Amino acid sequence: METILAFVVGGLYAAGLYMMLRRNIIKLIIGLVLLSQAANLLIFTSSGLLRSNPPIISEGMVAPEIPYADPLPQALILTAIVISFGVLAFAIALIYQVHKQVGTGDLDELKGTYV
Amino acid sequence: MKLLLILPILIPFLTAILSLFAWRWQKVQQLLSVVGTAALLFMGIKLVLSVKLHGIMAVQISNWQAPFGITFVADLFSGIMVALAGLMGLSVTVYSIASISKQNQSLGYFPLLQILLMGVVGAFLTGDIFNLYVWFEVMLISSFVLMVLGGGRKQMEGAIKYVTMNLISSAFFLAAIGLLYGEAGTLNMADLAQKLNSTTNPNLVMTVPALFLVAFGIKAAVFPLFFWLPASYHKPPVAVSAIFAGLLTKVGVYALIRVFTLIFIQDITFTHSLILFVAGLTMVTGVLGAVTQNEFRRVLSFHIISQIGYIIIGLGLFTPLALAGSVFYILHHIIVKTNLFLVSGVVYRLRGTFKLKELGGLYQIYPYLGILFLIPALSLSGIPPLSGFFAKFSLIKAGLEAEQYYIVATALGVSLLTVFSMTKIWAEVFWKPEPSKLKANTVEISASGPNSYFLLLLPIITLAILTVFIGLAAESVFSLAEQAAAQLLNPAEYIQAVFGDKL
Repeated sequence: METILAFVVGGLYAAGLYMMLRRNIIKLIIGLVLLSQAANLLIFTSSGLLRSNPPIISEGMVAPEIPYADPLPQALILTAIVISFGVLAFAIALIYQVHKQVGTGDLDELKGTYV
Repeated sequence: MKLLLILPILIPFLTAILSLFAWRWQKVQQLLSVVGTAALLFMGIKLVLSVKLHGIMAVQISNWQAPFGITFVADLFSGIMVALAGLMGLSVTVYSIASISKQNQSLGYFPLLQILLMGVVGAFLTGDIFNLYVWFEVMLISSFVLMVLGGGRKQMEGAIKYVTMNLISSAFFLAAIGLLYGEAGTLNMADLAQKLNSTTNPNLVMTVPALFLVAFGIKAAVFPLFFWLPASYHKPPVAVSAIFAGLLTKVGVYALIRVFTLIFIQDITFTHSLILFVAGLTMVTGVLGAVTQNEFRRVLSFHIISQIGYIIIGLGLFTPLALAGSVFYILHHIIVKTNLFLVSGVVYRLRGTFKLKELGGLYQIYPYLGILFLIPALSLSGIPPLSGFFAKFSLIKAGLEAEQYYIVATALGVSLLTVFSMTKIWAEVFWKPEPSKLKANTVEISASGPNSYFLLLLPIITLAILTVFIGLAAESVFSLAEQAAAQLLNPAEYIQAVFGDKL
């Protein structure tokens, strides 16, 4: 399972980078989204995938039964997803404004930015 | 004591909220912002004094004990940075009152600035690596909005590059955190320092540090990851450029120094030599970029990069004197660089352009402004007795002691080029006769009143006096930097402060 996920993460990174290298500004944003999703999946994978007990302390115990699953990576990913959601909303508003002002979705048209 | 660590984050937060309530009353917002940043500066100074007295302080948020909860830690270095954030916040806020247009002020400029400060201060104080990521994002999102606020085409173009590069850096940072957590099973920086203390796991010693280096390297604008900075920092209003130039890249530098003095110190020959190498290239490319530019703020932007190189040298050399030099350099650099940007704003107000070719003759008409430019400019180039001289002197001395002659030679050469490009600005803007085909003054002097020049010049004069003062009192400021460096080089003290007596 880890091997498959590792390939998925790699594929997402590759796809994200490929998209970011395109000229189209929409594809740039899609590339950024893919990158952040790849990072999320990487956290999930690298913290270990195992079949184990829920991390809940049952009555009369002081610690959950070993082996128990680590809930922290999910919490991290959740935080990261929320943040990237907000950033994405901003990025979309930004490209909308750029498109309105520059009149094109081609990143090469943005080159005349010297001064 | 607990409050002392949390208040620097709460003050900007509360100020921002109160300012949001005062959305329609800009005067109230201005007043609140000045009071809030002044309080932040006060808390920062108090934090430095109290850390100096009691040693490193730590607070466990909602009493979750150390590796499990979120920890806030203040050592001298972070205390100094918080105080500087307060100082910059205050100066830029006062400057903004007179320089940011009414329209932008009504779009929430002041609350955004406060949120930015909150993110910066949070990043300085946190003792948890994931929390650091969250503070980075707080800072980034508000900086994105400040970057494009009320902007036209130019600002949008700068923003696209800025946003993209910073999001890539965040993705790298997140990936690095994921791998680190997978290997070490903890996110608390003190706990990480302990667990990684004697590890030889190649993932932890090579891969993860390299990822952190890239992630923070983008934020700090080191070679070869700096291209977004000169493409974007000269686009937003001057006050925004000034706070970005002074504080934001330095948060990346802070994170680099924190992570590579506390956590990743297992394989110094690999990581720190790499940092030293990068530092040399950063200095050279930055200053060469500055020499070729012909726009006031772009020259200054490229100088940020070369100065970042100087700061990183100290981390690369990794000796007490070198790190003290780095801390001193950051202190000096933040003040001076912000001040130079503020001066460029006054020049723009007077002449309506940033292009060196169209400027000239300002010394004849405004000699005092010339002097106000000359103080930070000479300090930046490292002319004694100003603050920059001592910063460079200590780094170069440390380099000689560590027998890294190449980096010393590079630093000295870059210093000469810095003088050259500063004199270029001086000659073009202040000395050469004013070009006759002067365009009509096209600046929208928007928020100006009778006090407007006073408000513009007040922070500039204060910061210039501070630069001279740091130069004259270099001895005592440097001893503070030395203490901060000693704490940085002794992670045991940090770990002890976080875990208390449990060890």
